[in-house]
Amino acid sequence: MIDALTIAVAVTALALAAWCGFAAFRDQPTKDWHFIGMGLVSLLGIVQLVIAVVQLSRGVSPDKGTALFVSYLLGAAACVPATGFMSLSERTRWGSATVAAGAVVLAVLEVRLFDIWGGGSA
Amino acid sequence: MPETTRTPQPTEAGPARRSLGTGPGRLLVALYGIFTVAAASRSLYQLLAQFDRAPLAYGLSAGSALVYGFITFSLVRGGEGARRAAFACCALELLGVFGIGTWTLLDPSAFPDATVWSDYGMGYLFIPVFLPVTGLLWLRRSRTERTTA
Repeated sequence: MIDALTIAVAVTALALAAWCGFAAFRDQPTKDWHFIGMGLVSLLGIVQLVIAVVQLSRGVSPDKGTALFVSYLLGAAACVPATGFMSLSERTRWGSATVAAGAVVLAVLEVRLFDIWGGGSA
Repeated sequence: MPETTRTPQPTEAGPARRSLGTGPGRLLVALYGIFTVAAASRSLYQLLAQFDRAPLAYGLSAGSALVYGFITFSLVRGGEGARRAAFACCALELLGVFGIGTWTLLDPSAFPDATVWSDYGMGYLFIPVFLPVTGLLWLRRSRTERTTA
């Protein structure tokens, strides 16, 4: 369950990164549609956070430590919203590039989360 | 960040405070912010949970977190003083990446666990090498723009 969600977040994050990277390439700021995309990715991140916390409270523990896992989860959930807000006040291509960078970082965090949880085994 | 970087703020000296966190600088603020959080939480966790395992590596991680944090703060703050300070810190950061990167390769036994700057930041997609270089270029360009303006 949590593995599938991790992969889903990583894939949507990469898609968002490509989309916003393309906007930056075309010298465009982030638009309403981009913010809807960021909202979707952020929502997935929050769903992941909630499901993971429920799993943890049921006594399932990640392979490489709960504290490490939770801090990565929080970072992952905060990544896209934070860069999204930064792009709100930067209405140039660099705002789009910032969101793209945040989304790439999110994808990397998901890979790390997969490792820490002990991907595939749980 | 919440600071109103778009409207130039008059300083006591008279000229508008040069903003460093807009345009390409915004991307740098984001990356430096992310690395501040990453390095700080990593070293905090390690210093609290497993200090005895690799005190040198964890101490150096904490040091790099401080450098990242200071550069982020300076970029958001803007102005000539902050630009100089950030420039010095980016140079220190570059020195740290190469110094610690070389150190980890020459004497791996001193580092039972990795730092952010181990192996030239390989564990972080080599971003720790590129970040100070782009930072230095950006801060240098900000100065030339300022003198020509």
